[in-house]
Amino acid sequence: MCLAIPGKLLEIFDENGLKMGNIDFAGSVSKACLEYVPEIEIGHYTIVHAGFALSVLNEEEAKNSFDAWDDLIDRANAEGIEMEKLERPD
Amino acid sequence: MDFPEALSCPLPILSHDTVQLAHGAGGKLSNEMIDKIFLPRFLNNTLEKMEDQAILDNPGGRIAFSTDTFVVDPIFFPGGDIGDLAINGTVNDIAMSGAEPKYLSVGFILEEGLPFDTLHRIVLSMEKAAKLAGIQIVAGDTKVVNRGSCDKLFINTSGFGFVPDNVHISASNLIAGDKIILSGTLADHGMAVMTTREGLSFQSTVESDTAGLNHLVKDMLNVSPEIHAMRDPTRGGLATSLNEFAGSSNVGIQLYGDTIPVKENVRGACEILGIDPLYVANEGKLVAIVPEDIADDMLAAMKNNTHGKDAVIIGEVTDKHPGVVALKTGLGANRIVDMPVGEQLPRIC
Amino acid sequence: MKYLDEFRDPVIAKKILNEIHAATTQPWVIMEICGGQTHSIIRNGIDQVLPDEIELVHGPGCPVCVTPLEIIDRAIAIASRPDVIFTSFGDMLRVPGSHKDLFMVRSEGGDVRTVFSPLESLKIARENPEKEVVFFAVGFETTAPGNAMAVAQAAKEGLSNFSELVSHVLVPPAMEALLSSPANRVQGYLAAGHVCTVMGWDEYDPIAKKYQVPIVITGFEPMDVLDGILHTVKQLEAGTHEVENRYARIVEQGGNQPAQNLIKDVYEIANRKWRGIGEIPVSGFKIHSKYAAFDAELKFSVGDIHTEEPEACISGVILQGLKKPHDCPAFGKECTPQNPLGATMVSSEGACAAYYKYQRVLND
Ligand code: SF4
Repeated sequence: MCLAIPGKLLEIFDENGLKMGNIDFAGSVSKACLEYVPEIEIGHYTIVHAGFALSVLNEEEAKNSFDAWDDLIDRANAEGIEMEKLERPD
Repeated sequence: MDFPEALSCPLPILSHDTVQLAHGAGGKLSNEMIDKIFLPRFLNNTLEKMEDQAILDNPGGRIAFSTDTFVVDPIFFPGGDIGDLAINGTVNDIAMSGAEPKYLSVGFILEEGLPFDTLHRIVLSMEKAAKLAGIQIVAGDTKVVNRGSCDKLFINTSGFGFVPDNVHISASNLIAGDKIILSGTLADHGMAVMTTREGLSFQSTVESDTAGLNHLVKDMLNVSPEIHAMRDPTRGGLATSLNEFAGSSNVGIQLYGDTIPVKENVRGACEILGIDPLYVANEGKLVAIVPEDIADDMLAAMKNNTHGKDAVIIGEVTDKHPGVVALKTGLGANRIVDMPVGEQLPRIC
Repeated sequence: MKYLDEFRDPVIAKKILNEIHAATTQPWVIMEICGGQTHSIIRNGIDQVLPDEIELVHGPGCPVCVTPLEIIDRAIAIASRPDVIFTSFGDMLRVPGSHKDLFMVRSEGGDVRTVFSPLESLKIARENPEKEVVFFAVGFETTAPGNAMAVAQAAKEGLSNFSELVSHVLVPPAMEALLSSPANRVQGYLAAGHVCTVMGWDEYDPIAKKYQVPIVITGFEPMDVLDGILHTVKQLEAGTHEVENRYARIVEQGGNQPAQNLIKDVYEIANRKWRGIGEIPVSGFKIHSKYAAFDAELKFSVGDIHTEEPEACISGVILQGLKKPHDCPAFGKECTPQNPLGATMVSSEGACAAYYKYQRVLND
């Protein structure tokens, strides 16, 4: 259920009294309602489901996951298993 | 190549701004439309004679003949319109046999009230597409129907070309070991059309890939006439073409999952709408099945053509799992790529 | 794509997979509640590469699969009315009712349109004041904020020609219903990340405690799903039963407060029937009485609905994790995605369709 993917907020505007935004998904830009993410700012990543932004992506937590997974790889390398590190978003 | 002079060509002066039922009735108005809109754009020695049929030379050998009808909505979409789609579609269907597309007929069904400006724009893009493909429009027909009986306009194109004697391309020719080459990125056309549909709130940057592929095919045949099978994966996408190959030849197809190219913005649109690019229509791509020993040379030749610059080997034919297309996932699992069921719809879950 | 591709990295995914293999010492049955995770699992072949000891059971988290037949039939009846423009997410159009689906309604002349956001439905209502515009508001907690906003906004704008046919279901009551069934086999849950995005996870603590099952909140990309499985297995092996949030980049404990507030305003909790499972108490939403004017069930009396579920279909027990799709005698024979008998064969998240599409046995 509930397909939702992260995109980056490009602009904020008003439509019929609702706070709306244009969200960039790798070059395809889709409109979404921002009423449920009052804290959002341009440049933030947000998860969008059926035209509604539901959560601002916590970049710190995303980084924590990457770090944890990097550790997995470091350990694997220490055990002699060759693994590349993943490329992180900038 | 570009034809800016054709695109800037202004709408000829006509007695009406929009198509009337009388434009299809065969009288003065019909003639005016033919003389001012169609003939100047499609003119060639055969059409010029204005006979009821085109009489054409027959060089002998086998003929590849194809027909297709175009009803796309919207009629203008990023990267193309129903006009170039109608030319390229039939050009490609002919070219997929290895034939050089030579002659086309064009049939229009126009809805009463269609602005001539719209029709003219479409005819201009047909002219451009036909010139690029090097195909002649030698027969035509126009009907006008009552408002509401069709949506703006429908176009049928039929055409043929001559198949070189040494070329034998067929969906039933696949043998284990053959390589599968895709000429470029997937899903551009289908997503360009879908994201412009009303209601989707998209500002899409996705452009249709509509293009005639006959010159690319010619380059490929110059490498070797030994192409086993070839299709342009339109409706139903690559998954459909490959399943048809696997079924007709009773072989398995193994795809290397992460090799299939999709443009970033197209992927973005697919992700948010929940659509699998393997099932989306393309209008300027081909998939060719070639013997392993010529695959690399074929690929190199394709990459030298603008319409094949992103070509890539995406898999191979196997005698395992006959009739089934499988895709290796990043995790090393093998999943089935089945035929699609019906229309691809945006989904939320 | 940023924040998507990083979570599809096959190298890391394999490493997590190795950790799962290392952590597993005995058989475990884990249910992923959410159909989106089912889709990801089957599509990426995760189930094929897990240790044999781990059995993944596909849960009822797919609105297409659990929307009861009565509601589908009601939708079809409303959509068939000449004064109605019926709007729906694309997902629902192929779901079989007793006699037809919404596609057939359209081919018979009904004005059935797909929308991607409930706000598009409002736009249609604004543009067609002479028509009744009905939105098929299906979904779980994730979809509820959008669907609630459409009603609130229609009320604000005085769009009296807009209404919703609501079939909203809630995840925690279904999780409890499954666990309390005497036939239950589920030992651990992967909780649906996007549902928790809206609702948070406070509701899960009592369930984890009462039934002693670990509940791990996880996302949808291969690495998320594998990571969720890893942490569920670790808890199972250690004998713990905590609620663990492994989707912290998206989910916060309290969920999305503004969304919860509007949902509470527009909808009220109701008993809901789940297709194939039956009625589950307090497991869904209906339109709050103060928005009754926007309730399509009240607006259109479509008379008594007599539903007929095909006898062969065992989707109910499949949704409860008691059987697998290929245990169904109709699977792949009378019932295929082209000609579905049950809803679980329709949705790309439905267990039967997922099995059919991706997993008929490859005789390698
Ligand atoms: S295979 Fe078809 S009939 Fe059997 S349970 Fe699934 S949906 Fe129902």
